[in-house]
Amino acid sequence: MWKNHSKLERHSLLLVLGILLVVSVGGLVEIAPLFFLEGTIEKVKGVRPYTPLEQAGRDIYVREGCYVCHSQMIRPLRDEVERYGPYSLAAESMYDHPFQWGSKRTGPDLARVGGKYSDAWHVQHLADPRSVVPESIMPPYAFLAHKDLKVDDIEARLRTLTRVGVPYTEAALKNAEADLLAQVDPTASGASLAKAYGDRVNRRDFDGDPERLTEMDALVAYLQMLGTLVDFRTYEAGAAENLR
Amino acid sequence: MSENLAQQDSPPGAAALLIISAAGAFLGLMATALSPDPLFRLEGWIFTLAALAAAAALTVGVANGRYQADPRRYEDGVIRAGAIATVFWAIVGMLVGVVIALQLAWPRIFYFPEAGWLNFGRLRPLHTSGVIFAFGGNALIATSFYVVQRTCRARLAGGLAGWFVFWGYQLFIVMAAVGYLAGITEGREYAEPEWFVDLWLTIVWVAYLLVFLGTIWKRKEPHIYVANWFYLAFIVTVALLHIVNNLSLPVSLLGAKSYSLFAGVQDALTQWWYGHNAVGFFLTAGFLAMMYYFVPKRAERPVYSYRLSIVHFWSLIFIYIWAGPHHLHYTALPQWAQTLGMTFSVMLWMPSWGGMINGLMTLSGAWDKLRTDPVLRMMAVAVGFYGMSTFEGPLMSIRSVNALSHYTDWTIGHVHSGALGWVGFISFGAIYCLVPWLWKKEKLHSDALVEWHFWIATLGLLLYIAAMWVSGIGEGLMWREYTPQGFLANSFVETVSAKHVENIVRALGGLMYLSGALIMAYNIYRTIRQPAPAVLPEASGPIVAAAA
Repeated sequence: MWKNHSKLERHSLLLVLGILLVVSVGGLVEIAPLFFLEGTIEKVKGVRPYTPLEQAGRDIYVREGCYVCHSQMIRPLRDEVERYGPYSLAAESMYDHPFQWGSKRTGPDLARVGGKYSDAWHVQHLADPRSVVPESIMPPYAFLAHKDLKVDDIEARLRTLTRVGVPYTEAALKNAEADLLAQVDPTASGASLAKAYGDRVNRRDFDGDPERLTEMDALVAYLQMLGTLVDFRTYEAGAAENLR
Repeated sequence: MSENLAQQDSPPGAAALLIISAAGAFLGLMATALSPDPLFRLEGWIFTLAALAAAAALTVGVANGRYQADPRRYEDGVIRAGAIATVFWAIVGMLVGVVIALQLAWPRIFYFPEAGWLNFGRLRPLHTSGVIFAFGGNALIATSFYVVQRTCRARLAGGLAGWFVFWGYQLFIVMAAVGYLAGITEGREYAEPEWFVDLWLTIVWVAYLLVFLGTIWKRKEPHIYVANWFYLAFIVTVALLHIVNNLSLPVSLLGAKSYSLFAGVQDALTQWWYGHNAVGFFLTAGFLAMMYYFVPKRAERPVYSYRLSIVHFWSLIFIYIWAGPHHLHYTALPQWAQTLGMTFSVMLWMPSWGGMINGLMTLSGAWDKLRTDPVLRMMAVAVGFYGMSTFEGPLMSIRSVNALSHYTDWTIGHVHSGALGWVGFISFGAIYCLVPWLWKKEKLHSDALVEWHFWIATLGLLLYIAAMWVSGIGEGLMWREYTPQGFLANSFVETVSAKHVENIVRALGGLMYLSGALIMAYNIYRTIRQPAPAVLPEASGPIVAAAA
């Protein structure tokens, strides 16, 4: 064995080849099956692609690096389920490009933050976290409320997402900008929004300033839908197909 | 440099590089001019200006007949630049770390409501990339260029390609860093740069691999030295990880934003396959290479065991790749994958300690030097920290331990015991060795300052780790604490305010570690500015024995 090893020590390309072979095994065995094994993602009702406004909010969530302090992954442990709600399912992030499960809880988990607080609370908390939670160490995001949301490229963004596998229909893509505006305007008809994303979509002005469509609107819209898609009254964790 | 060599024309590589720079400047200018995305234009300007600067420098250089290479000598210029860049980025990266530590300790003072670019979420990637890729990466590139030339007894291959790797890598760092502050990110930990920065890094990295391999091909030694195996594994595997994990589709070729190719659970495992092996191959294999050259060299002892280095090399790179899923315990990742990840993480303890033993036992017969040589002591302590954090890692990868440690500051403490203790100290040791060799000085300006650096950094590091153990295990226990009536005992924010003192201690520890780096910078500056000794030390003499 020791003698044979000297071949590798004398031939750099053999050495490179050997390294490539050896480091490929683990990744192939662990990652590749996730794309083929059916049980990897549960079949569960309610999960849908993000609405244009929610996706715009999600892009802001990514841009601001929220994931470095907030996880979006509730583990099946007693205290987590009691603190945050039902544990996270793989299906709930199946349209997340990129995933934002996070690795650190400097702040609490956000996987099910949707609907837990009022819009006004979120707006106030984002602008000045310590005005509502004095001990908080979260950074302030007051600037989001002063920044107009960029909407002209939302169709292009959703179109890119369809190319990586999110099932937006052609109609939903064409209506992306109108649907985005309809979600923050309760007086608009919103028929195409409901048709594409269902009638449970939150439709209102989110940032408390109906005159303007800001980044705060989008981010709060995203936060308010997090974890609300799956109806856990109809999900049976013990069912054979859900045991992995 | 001899007369006849100086009369030759500039090497063809310089002209090619000049054309590439000019083309790059043109491309950058076009992209900048046509893009509707202000963030993309900002990056476009940086790229264009860098390419223009490169083209200008090359024009002047070619016109004046520079870039003559004496094939009998080692290419040390690029390594000198790399050593300076290493020290510079160490200070920048650690300074940002201290700033974000202060933000967590005193949020009312260190946050600015209207300046989004100074928020923790944007500075934290700047800190992690700054220390891992800017400081660590420069240390790896510089030392690998040094080691591969000496152990192959050949001049660095590719002429100016080495300089392309150096400056290309700095451009990658600047574009990534400016992007983080401006809000350009892929949102993947330790792989935050967007698609166009990733593409640029890929080009630079391929050039790096070719320069490194090219030098090995020119070698005058029949065997490839063990340090080079580790450097090769680091370069090849990081290329593989970087390309697969950054697969993403840009919204527009003239815009910064892209979406990852994978989603949800598959994306998560791909990311942590990358993330853990950024630790395994960037922060471990590469720095083990450093250990395998600088520790024996400094101790003037051969590597303890040749066979151990073979076993440890192949088992380390084979097992590391599997360990990623331990970052995803109890998540929506299928349990079989979590269990595989945990099993291999525990197994990883053995090759890691094989490496530690091989490094430490190299000091056999030279233990007394730990007392007199602070540089060697720094490297020995680095190997010790390597052993400690590669014991702690497998422990934390056990699912039931991970249930407590995951999401807490314990992870942060673990990372820093590896990063500050192992990566930082072995790099400082290598820099302290390299600078007198490269600038042809007898010795460092001051060994006493190295002592100061060593002790301040070690104490700061211990404060840091201890604070994070206390706060991490503390908050983990508080999260799962129940009242006798069966209710959760603590609201989340109570667990945040409980960490205030530890956050301050952590900032202090970080500040001490940074102070050590500043002392090093001063010491190195003074060393470089020393008058040259009358007789050159042996290590810096001309290489190729036959030609000399």
